[in-house]
Amino acid sequence: MEPVKQIRSKTVVMPNVDIDTDQIIPARFLTTTTKVGLGKQLFFDWRYAPDGSDKPEFVLNRPENRGAAILVGGHNFGCGSSREHAPWALLDFGIRVVVSTEIADIFRSNSLKNGLVPVIVDKESHAWLLANPGIEATVDVASATLTAGGKRIPFPIDKFTRYCLLNGVDQLGYLREHEADIARYEAAHA
Amino acid sequence: MPAQSLFEKVWSSHIVAPETEDTPAILYVDLHLIHEVTSPQAFDLLRSQGLKVRRTDKSLATLDHSTPTLPFKTLEELEIVSEPAAAKQVRQMEQNCKDFGIELRGFSSRERGIVHVMSPELGASQPGQTIVCGDSHTSTHGAFGALAFGIGTTEVAHVLATQCLLQTKPRTLAVDVNGKLQHGVTAKDIILKIIGTIGVGGGTGHVLEYRGSAISALTMEERMTVCNMSIEAGARAGMIAPDDTTYQYMAGRPLAPQGASWDAAVKRWRTLPSDADARFDQRVSIDVSKLTPMVTFGTNPGMVIPIGDAVPRQNDPAFRKALDYMQVESGKPLLGTPVDVVFIGSCTNGRLSDLREAANVLRGRQVAKRVRLLVVPGSHEVKRQAEAEGLDEIVRAAGGEWREPGCSMCIAMNGDKVAPGQLAVSTSNRNFEGRQGKGARTVLASPITAAASAIKGAITDPRELMPLQ
Repeated sequence: MEPVKQIRSKTVVMPNVDIDTDQIIPARFLTTTTKVGLGKQLFFDWRYAPDGSDKPEFVLNRPENRGAAILVGGHNFGCGSSREHAPWALLDFGIRVVVSTEIADIFRSNSLKNGLVPVIVDKESHAWLLANPGIEATVDVASATLTAGGKRIPFPIDKFTRYCLLNGVDQLGYLREHEADIARYEAAHA
Repeated sequence: MPAQSLFEKVWSSHIVAPETEDTPAILYVDLHLIHEVTSPQAFDLLRSQGLKVRRTDKSLATLDHSTPTLPFKTLEELEIVSEPAAAKQVRQMEQNCKDFGIELRGFSSRERGIVHVMSPELGASQPGQTIVCGDSHTSTHGAFGALAFGIGTTEVAHVLATQCLLQTKPRTLAVDVNGKLQHGVTAKDIILKIIGTIGVGGGTGHVLEYRGSAISALTMEERMTVCNMSIEAGARAGMIAPDDTTYQYMAGRPLAPQGASWDAAVKRWRTLPSDADARFDQRVSIDVSKLTPMVTFGTNPGMVIPIGDAVPRQNDPAFRKALDYMQVESGKPLLGTPVDVVFIGSCTNGRLSDLREAANVLRGRQVAKRVRLLVVPGSHEVKRQAEAEGLDEIVRAAGGEWREPGCSMCIAMNGDKVAPGQLAVSTSNRNFEGRQGKGARTVLASPITAAASAIKGAITDPRELMPLQ
């Protein structure tokens, strides 16, 4: 994973609550055996008309939102299935931060494995972000803050998560460094 | 030692390296369930780093998600019944298991089934274990008093290579469920009621422990139905303390301990239930003595009502959007709404008792003309037992389709799907937009509610069609 330090971008707002992973990428696209190129299938059923053309009213299709990397979603973003295809699709499309008042556990964990930053903010800040779509924002991992429009919004992040993002830590490598501990556990529980 | 909950006992006995201020815990995994959809990229990661699977003996693999439920006689026919991408994925699973030395319960196995149906019936899911799978419905195995949860594909690779995961300790939520269920009310209705009460995000960051008289009274298959949908409340996992019901279910199953080790295991398992004064971070209490059959009306499992109630009113854009999608109206009942498809199966309700209950409603009746009924056993074992009892004949005689085991219409990535705009009453676990096919509208319900709705061709209270007890 590449290090993730700071993301500066305008925001794109999807105020829907409970955006589930079946909306982020429908299950019928999970027959893939790779993780590349899934951005085309992101929000597929909300994004495309039956003839395959873009639905002009869908928020990610609007010209003013092109290139936005910070997605502000409604409460409880990413609920549902464990598919890591959801963060893969978001990242491939160009989304690098997801902001909400609550982010589902497995989606959050999957996002962090791929450098997609889950940002949980308080209700008041969230309401303000929802009311100001397209605002220029900066998400800074080291200071765990989202700054926009003169506001400085802190978000919770544990030390290990921050360390992994800032240094692009390969968590599999980290686990493998604990081989002696794992072997000891297995010997004690054989 | 301070009082501990069931969760805390299982958690603390699997710590390879403890959580510190700077690092999460390293948690050992006793059982890794693997299927074709969320594992290919994980095997590729191992290949790219030249890694092996650490414990093939703690891995249990099968084909279920993108696997067709239409019968085919020889393995070469897969490409005929499946879409090319799905067939390729299944073939890749066969190759990955071969390359990495994992036994695959594949097409030629009598044991193949939906991973969360197969593992318990083999006796692989056991009390006190940590169980993971690249599938959110792994929470099912919590019915045995295991800590069981879904993981992503990167974590699948972590477990394949190290048998471990990095985890921060979740909080705990005790869900006390008391009261005697009325006739026609099932475990599915209990869990829908719980999700409706705490909400689809209500369990986020928590492990739920279902307790109380209504839970103790459930069979293992019913407990699995309850734990299965823990994730639909956002929970990391759901657990039920093991008891004699658990041990009776497990005894003699092929992968359960046998002989003297069985006795030792049961003795150990009896220490697992939460201590009387165990502390929980949160508690919720639900009385199910007046519970009626439940049905969902919206686009997540928390949007649920008693079957006789009217669709509620809420002046919220997301709520209205869900009702628009479902083509239902506030203030009007769902009862009597015409149904196009009825799906009975899935890791939630695809076990033998589910099919029996549905067959009891279907027996001697005909599915309404407009309805397509699909009944899909959760595993080959379920299918064999059901056929031995003649349940397949009851389904066929009623005008329904009887299929090979698999996830089928629950996930609609295997050829089985609901057409755009059609309304399906489904015993599965998710009524998200498009979950059962693009534009499909899903009403979640119990197997008997689904069967009754198939007969009447409209959403029906199953008690109308059931003999009085």
